[in-house]
Amino acid sequence: MSTVTGRLNVRYLALAAFLVAIVVLPLLGTHYTSLMIVIGIHTMLAVGLCLLMGFTGQVSLGHAAFYGIGAFGSGILTTNLHLSPWLAMIVAAVITGLIAFLVALPIFRLEGHYLAMATLGFGMIVFIFLNQTHQLTGGPSGLRGIPSLSIASFEIDTDFRYYYLVWAFCLLVLLASRNIVQSRVGRALRSIHGSEAAAASLGVNVASFKVKIFVLSAVYASVAGSLYAHYTTFISPQPFGFLFSIRLVVMVVIGGLASIWGAIFGTLSVTFLTEFLQPFGDFDVIVFGLILIVVMIFMPEGLTFGIQELIAKRLRLARHGGQVA
Amino acid sequence: MNTSQVIQYIVSGVTLGSVYAIVALGFTTIYNVTGIINFAQGEFVMLGGMLTYWLLRSAQLPIALSFILAILMVTIIGLLLERFAVRPAQKASLISLIIITIGASTFLRGIGGELWGRDAVPLPPISGEKPIGFLSAFVLPQHLWIIGIMVVLMVSLHLFLSYTLLGKAVRACAGNRYAAGLVGINVHVTSAFAFAVSAAFGAIAGIIVAPITLTSYSVGTMLGLKGFAAAVLGGLTSVPGAVLGGIALGLLESLGGGFVSSDYKDAIAFLVLFLVLFLRPQGMLGQRETKS
Repeated sequence: MSTVTGRLNVRYLALAAFLVAIVVLPLLGTHYTSLMIVIGIHTMLAVGLCLLMGFTGQVSLGHAAFYGIGAFGSGILTTNLHLSPWLAMIVAAVITGLIAFLVALPIFRLEGHYLAMATLGFGMIVFIFLNQTHQLTGGPSGLRGIPSLSIASFEIDTDFRYYYLVWAFCLLVLLASRNIVQSRVGRALRSIHGSEAAAASLGVNVASFKVKIFVLSAVYASVAGSLYAHYTTFISPQPFGFLFSIRLVVMVVIGGLASIWGAIFGTLSVTFLTEFLQPFGDFDVIVFGLILIVVMIFMPEGLTFGIQELIAKRLRLARHGGQVA
Repeated sequence: MNTSQVIQYIVSGVTLGSVYAIVALGFTTIYNVTGIINFAQGEFVMLGGMLTYWLLRSAQLPIALSFILAILMVTIIGLLLERFAVRPAQKASLISLIIITIGASTFLRGIGGELWGRDAVPLPPISGEKPIGFLSAFVLPQHLWIIGIMVVLMVSLHLFLSYTLLGKAVRACAGNRYAAGLVGINVHVTSAFAFAVSAAFGAIAGIIVAPITLTSYSVGTMLGLKGFAAAVLGGLTSVPGAVLGGIALGLLESLGGGFVSSDYKDAIAFLVLFLVLFLRPQGMLGQRETKS
């Protein structure tokens, strides 16, 4: 019993430390503020994908598409139709959710690989459409003049202000996801991951749960896209292609397939790895490929889980005086 | 629209479709034996084309030798992929295997980009560039080569699977991997063999398509996806299905690109993929294996 409460205390301490760090970071006035805004946005994407991968055992290779639909949805609705940014964000999220639902409906009835391939194909279609529908999206040269967000008359137009907005959203997404995972739905999801047949026999509607999670992760991606659009005020199709979908998968694989909080760690790692490897050319892609292979072979639950387990094993070994438990 | 235009579109459709068919055969072979969809299949196509270009340009080797060496090298890469990325993860879940082959694809594509740069490059056709009159259209010798090579590959794969011992072992693994192991079939050998065949097929596809469409470090993703769409269209497990699927897809793309919109030509493959998954997930020739 004491170990359980002990572990809980450690958890809350870590959470508190994390919150303090998030709040304090931009006050230090570092140039990392803008980088942290992007990390916050990417974390929302990674959390959604994490729910999908960790709890349904499926992977989406086209998540950048939902991110792109959110971004361009907001962009088009605010510049062409002059909708208020907040309303545009909601409309874009609803549209993205509907599209995800239509994509998922046939696929989750099928075994295994189809979702991965179908989402990969879906990502390609969206990328082609973003590039080709010039009147709507501006084609490869993109969309300009997207208004920044404001709350009443308070303009959120500086990095400093936007940072808090993004991380408020990000924490909401994290908390909502954590609640889902720890609720009845979460238990159902984990049972699906353990054994679909067993879950189904206990009355869990496997396909329906999977579709819901897929739609939810797409909606997260859409909101992240809207936030991105209003942050940069200029968007082109470039960041919403196949490679970004792969980067998202790398984030989840590093953070842990079923670990909500790990998503932040995964996003941080990938972002800083890219920054670090930038001067050497495009080596990040090669490194990401290797990470995916190696982590999946040796630590199929993800890097953070694998390392945690290694440490736990070491500790156990030490406690038992070197004897293998 | 006039008839010669239609015939022209059909010719290029069947040609492209033959390339998709060869890639689809690779998917089918690996899927049958191991139950894995190899997301790195497209990279074999890319490597085939780019390695040949590299051997021709940098090593100044004669064409025929470059072709053969490139196919051999890609086959070895396929074997290495099986041995060091897929086999160690044998007991892994499906999602792990998908991510592993996606990782391999990303890795190979990254290496290709670093080694050979970002430019699209051509390969010389197998024989001549003088068009041959065909009905009221013109056909390049390369078109005929592509279609012919596809037919040869399909027939030899079929004969191999039907009449050789190793081929029968491969089919046994496709039926039931575990049972095949029980009766003494070495499943490692059949699995390695499947990757070798798929890699070689991919390389050949990459070499023969490059004179028509150019090749670059990044062609693998698109060609791989279209090969997969073709394989799904054909039922994912059937050799004739893969070929039919490939040609159907090539025709749809070519005619769609010609008469509807060439801007969305590439989107057609994926729309077809979605329609198949929606309406007939077992494909044209596949057996039903969906869950209710």
